[in-house]
Amino acid sequence: MYKYDQYDQAMVDARVADFRDQTRRRLEGKMTDDQFKPLRLKNGLYLQLHAYMLRVAIPYGTLDSRQMRKLAYIARTYDRGYGHFTTRQNIQYNWIKLEDAPDILADLATVEMHAIQTSGESIRNISADQYAGATADEIIDPRPWAEMIRQMTTFMPEFSYLPRKFKIAVIAAEADRAALRWHDCALRIVQNEAGEIGFQVFAGGGMGRTPFIAYKIREFLPTNQILSYLQAILRVWNRNARRDNIHKQRMKILVHELGEDEFRRQVEEEFEHFLARGEDFPQAEYDRIAAYFAPPPFETGLSEEIDRSDPDFALWVDQQVAAHKAPGYAIVNISLKPVGQIPGDISAEQMELVADLAERYSFDELRATHAQNLVLPHVRKQDLHAVWSALHEAGLGEANLDLVTDIIACPGLDYCTLANARSIPVAQKIAERFADADRQKDLGELKIKISGCINACGHHHAGHIGILGVDRKGTENYQLLLGGSGDEETSQAKITGPGFDEAGIVDAVERAVERYREIREPGERFLDTYRRVGMDGFKEAIYG
Amino acid sequence: MVDGPRAGGPGGGPGTLEPTPGGERDWLRFRDDSAPDEPAVSLDAFLDQSNAGSVRIEAGDDVRLLGPHLERLRLVEIDFPKFRDGRGFSSARILREMGYDGEIKATGEVLVDLIYFMRRCGFDSFAPNVPLDRADVESVLNRYPHVYQHAADAAVPIWQLRHG
Ligand code: SF4
Repeated sequence: MYKYDQYDQAMVDARVADFRDQTRRRLEGKMTDDQFKPLRLKNGLYLQLHAYMLRVAIPYGTLDSRQMRKLAYIARTYDRGYGHFTTRQNIQYNWIKLEDAPDILADLATVEMHAIQTSGESIRNISADQYAGATADEIIDPRPWAEMIRQMTTFMPEFSYLPRKFKIAVIAAEADRAALRWHDCALRIVQNEAGEIGFQVFAGGGMGRTPFIAYKIREFLPTNQILSYLQAILRVWNRNARRDNIHKQRMKILVHELGEDEFRRQVEEEFEHFLARGEDFPQAEYDRIAAYFAPPPFETGLSEEIDRSDPDFALWVDQQVAAHKAPGYAIVNISLKPVGQIPGDISAEQMELVADLAERYSFDELRATHAQNLVLPHVRKQDLHAVWSALHEAGLGEANLDLVTDIIACPGLDYCTLANARSIPVAQKIAERFADADRQKDLGELKIKISGCINACGHHHAGHIGILGVDRKGTENYQLLLGGSGDEETSQAKITGPGFDEAGIVDAVERAVERYREIREPGERFLDTYRRVGMDGFKEAIYG
Repeated sequence: MVDGPRAGGPGGGPGTLEPTPGGERDWLRFRDDSAPDEPAVSLDAFLDQSNAGSVRIEAGDDVRLLGPHLERLRLVEIDFPKFRDGRGFSSARILREMGYDGEIKATGEVLVDLIYFMRRCGFDSFAPNVPLDRADVESVLNRYPHVYQHAADAAVPIWQLRHG
C-alpha cells in the first residue's frame, strides 16, 4: 500500500491549515456562505438536511487497519457512531458540525487521509477495481497509476474551477468491477501485440439527468503519457464547456455535442502540445510508487481445502469469496447490506472488527467497493472459517454479494437536500421482501440500484433493476427501470412506464423478478433474460 | 519544456509575495516594471488594431489567437465574470506556454482563495471587484510548501524533488 513521504504529508497538513483558516474566515463573517460553499465542497463538506456531511477520500478504495480505526474514532467522536460507504469507494459522515471539520481533517491527516476534492467542481477521488493486486484476471496492479493520477490532480492550478465534477476510474482486468464506462474518464490497462502495456481511454460517460456511456477515444496510450493525455482532456473540456447551465456542464455533454471524433481531434492536438512540454512523471517515479504496491509475502504450499461441513459457512463461501491469484488464498467480500439495514452503513465497532481482521488475516489491507461493500483482499483459505465466524458474530456475515438484497441506494430524502424521494426505506423493504436465502440464491445475480433523484448517486441507470425517486405533485413516486449494467457490457437501463408509490414499487419489482423466473432459460441471469426478450417481455407482467 | 518559459514573469513563485513598492494600490501587482497605462481593448478590436498593446479577454475568448501578436502585447486582462467560471485559468497558462511574459491581470470576481492558483497559472496582477484583505492574501499565497505538478510558474513539482 502507498505510504506518504514528507512531501505528501506536508501537503495534507497544509490543506488542514488552509481549511481551518477558511472556516475561521467564514465563522468570522469575512466570507459569505455563497463564497464559502465551493471552498468547503472542495473539501468534501456538504450542508445536508439536518447537519453537515463530510466525505472522506479513500483513494482507489484501498485502506489499512490503522486508517479504518481512525474512521471508527471519527464516527464515535464527531458523528453518531457510524459511517456510510458510498458508491465512489469513499466514506461519509452525516452528522458533522462545521466547527469540528478542521479537527476531523487534522485527525485524518495523522493516518495519511484527507477529504481533498471529494465534492464540488473538481477532479474527484480516483476509483479502481477493488480486487486490484489480488485477482487472477488482471494484467498488472492498476493502483500505482491511480496514485500518480491522484498526486497530479491534487490542487491542479489550471483546473481550479472546472465546469463540473470530474470522475476517473482505472482498472486492469477483463472483468469490469468499477463501472468504468460510467465515468467522465475511464482508463483500462491493456496489453498490445508487442506485449507493451498501455491505456485504453474512454471519455464522456456519466449518470445524472442525461446519462451517457463513455466513448472509447484512444485504443492504446503508452502508460508514461497518461498525465499529458489527462491534462489534454481536462483543458479541452475546461475551455469549451458551457458555463451557463449547470445541467449541461459535465464533460459528457461536450463530448456529445462536439461528437466523438471532433472531441478526440481536439484532445489529440492538445495532447501533442503537453507531450512536447515534458510534464509526465518519469519512470523513476512510477517505480517508486509501484514498489509500495508490490505483492505481500504470500506463503507457498498452502492448502486449497475449505472445510464446508458447516452449511451456513458454505453458503457464505459460495457467495462472498472470489478467486485469488496466489494459491491457497482467497478474496473475501464483506457485505454491508444485512437485510433491513441501511446499505453501506457500518458502526464504529464493526469498523474496528474489520480492521482487526485485516491486520490479522489480510496483510493489513482492506478495500471499499463502489457497490458499498468491503473487501479483505488476501485471506488464506484455511482462515476463511475464522474470518466468517468473526464477521457473523458482528452482524457482517450476510451472504448476498450481487444478489437481489445487495442493493445500492443513495442517502435520499432521509439526508439529502436535493432528494425527491426516500431511497433507504425502499431498499429496506425490497430486501425484506426477498430476504429468504433460497429465493435469493435461486434468482442469482440481480443488481438493484436506487437513487432519490435524477442526480443518480444510487446508479439507477446501471441497475439490472433501477429505481428513481421523483416528485409527483408533491408526493414521492418511483420510476422503475430495467436492463442497466456497469460491467464490461455496459448498458443504460430503460424506464418501464408510469411510476409507483412506495408500496407499489416493491410489488412492481417483485412482479418483474417473478416474470424473469417464469421465462428464464437455463443459466440466464435477470439481465440476460431482459436482453433476450426486451422490455416487451416484462411490461405486461409489471402493469398487468 | 520546448515552447515557452515556465516562469510567470517577475515576482517569483506562487509562495512569494513581493509586491511592488509604491503603496496600497499596487500590493496586488507582482511585477517590477511599470504598469501599462493604455486601456485594454476587446480581443476583436485588438486583432483589428495593429497598434494596441493591451487586450481584455472575456471568459469565452480563445487566447491562442494572440499567438502572432505577442511582440506588441504588454497587458492581458482576463476577466472572471463569476469565480466559478474557471476558463481564465487555462487562458493565462496558455499565454505563458506561448512565451508571453508581459502582465496578466485577473479582473472580476477574484477571491482570496483563488489567487494562489492564479499565480501558478501565470497571473501577476489582480484587480478584484471586491477589495481583498492583505493578510489573508499573504497567508493563502504562503500556505502550500510544495506543488504536485507543473503549471506556469517556476515551482518545482514534488516528483522532481524526489528524483533530484
Ligand atoms: S441521487 Fe439525488 S437524492 Fe440521492 S444522494 Fe444523489 S442528489 Fe441526493
